[in-house]
Amino acid sequence: MRVTHHPILGEQSPARTVEITVDGRKVTAREGETIAAALLAAGIRVNRITRKQGTPRGLFCAIGQCTDCVMVVNGVPNVRTCVTPVADGMTVETQKGGGPAPLKSGGSR
Amino acid sequence: MKTYDVVVIGAGPAGLAASIEAARRGCGVLLVDSNLKPGGQLIKQIHKFFGSREHRAGTRGIDIARDLYREALDAGVTVWLDTSVYGIFAGNVLAYARGLLEMKPSGGAVKADRVVLATGASENAVNFPGWTLPGVMGAGAAQTMINVERVLPGKRVLMIGSGNVGLIVSYQLMQAGADVVALVEGLPRVGGYGVHSAKISRAGVPILTAHTVSRAFGDTAVEGAEIVRVDPSWKPVAGTEQRLDIDTICIATGLRPYAKLAMLAGCRMVHSPILGGWVPFHDRSLQTSVPGIFVAGDAGGVEEASTAMEEGRLAGVSAAASLGKVSAAEARAQREEVEARLASLRMGPFGKPRHDAKEALHKAGECA
Ligand SMILES: Cc1cc2nc3c(=O)[nH]c(=O)nc-3n(C[C@H](O)[C@H](O)[C@H](O)COP(=O)(O)OP(=O)(O)OC[C@H]3O[C@@H](n4cnc5c(N)ncnc54)[C@H](O)[C@@H]3O)c2cc1C
Ligand code: FES
Repeated sequence: MRVTHHPILGEQSPARTVEITVDGRKVTAREGETIAAALLAAGIRVNRITRKQGTPRGLFCAIGQCTDCVMVVNGVPNVRTCVTPVADGMTVETQKGGGPAPLKSGGSR
Repeated sequence: MKTYDVVVIGAGPAGLAASIEAARRGCGVLLVDSNLKPGGQLIKQIHKFFGSREHRAGTRGIDIARDLYREALDAGVTVWLDTSVYGIFAGNVLAYARGLLEMKPSGGAVKADRVVLATGASENAVNFPGWTLPGVMGAGAAQTMINVERVLPGKRVLMIGSGNVGLIVSYQLMQAGADVVALVEGLPRVGGYGVHSAKISRAGVPILTAHTVSRAFGDTAVEGAEIVRVDPSWKPVAGTEQRLDIDTICIATGLRPYAKLAMLAGCRMVHSPILGGWVPFHDRSLQTSVPGIFVAGDAGGVEEASTAMEEGRLAGVSAAASLGKVSAAEARAQREEVEARLASLRMGPFGKPRHDAKEALHKAGECA
């Protein structure tokens, strides 16, 4: 849910919108916002699934430190969606384990 | 490889202040930050700061960040955003990655005659069954979402921890339109300032001291939580469990210094619970055990934006002085001024323990 009215920050200023594709679904986002923010606004809370236990993970630190929010963006795995801004035409996929790149054995994800 | 007099890592209040002071004394300064926006933690703080007038109390964090950034640019500081330093090598060679966030990655290295580490802090986590579910997040993460991104992380929130961060973020979640269903605190009393707890109590949020969260429910994300009363040894009291209908759990159980780079550089680390855990040892000029590397702000002990700014100033003056940009006498006088302001900030029931911890830290270096 977006915070359009705010007692201190005021009305949210209008922004250009961009369209991204999340696991095949079209999502409209505000230019300049992070991927994680656009997903939350669209009600999507799971960013990745862990490799060993197959459990879901979502936003945790929102400042790029913890890697819980990593997803596959434009085919690139391990993109921290909480600090990476959206761009028009971007494709975003839930990351399963280490993502599509071949995993080296002994990886921790 | 390009060489700078001073490279400052982290553009929060500490790093911005250090850059400004060093640049004003004639140093060539490079300031880097991994984020796209300068200001560190300040960019999400929309409340008016407490403290004294000279520390900009009454000003909102976001405005302080904007003003400091402008001052840094005016002072001639070179700023590289979207730049993360990931290694420090012999001779203060700093390896960095740029453009990660704009998905145009590049990398390189710069050499620094002096380094100021101003990398801030990270939030502590707590473990309980279900704590890895999406919807469980740091209070700082929720604050970033509502105040910077203007998106609610959830509608019904359980806050864990009654320090200032837990209290302030609870209030800001309500300002953004969320319901804070309860705030639990394991200790028998509230940790933060009375003004902040009064504000959220008045707004109707139950502050449950001697309570903790015992589990989070949900399949793919948080759908509820169970809280329980705890005895003075933090043992759950059977029969006091309550189930809460919430969709988000925010953790505000403190911060710890984010000082990975200091460890990589081989700085001697000292453990200080009051300062948030392992901190790089630093002397009164804020120099670590590795000559030429200084530390300032939360990275050298978790405190506040006001102290971070003053420490930044001190590190900037010290770095410039060690490069001979100001005379020893001038540097001493300037340092004493900042130290007096730091001492005034480290008073009272919250400040005094930090003052003592910093003193103990300086002493730990002297007898080593
Ligand atoms: C909810 C909340 C409320 C607060 N309220 C107040 C208040 O009212 N008054 C007050 O005085 N203080 C307050 N504080 C505390 C204050 O925000 C912090 O103490 C202060 O921001 C610390 O400043 P800093 O410069 O040390 O670190 P930060 O502000 O954390 O900045 C560190 C910067 O370093 C960057 N960085 C880290 N590692 C690297 C790397 N390897 N390469 C490049 N860049 C890197 C980060 O991106 C970040 O921008 C509050 C904090 C919170 C969370
Ligand atoms: S939520 Fe921690 S890196 Fe994105």
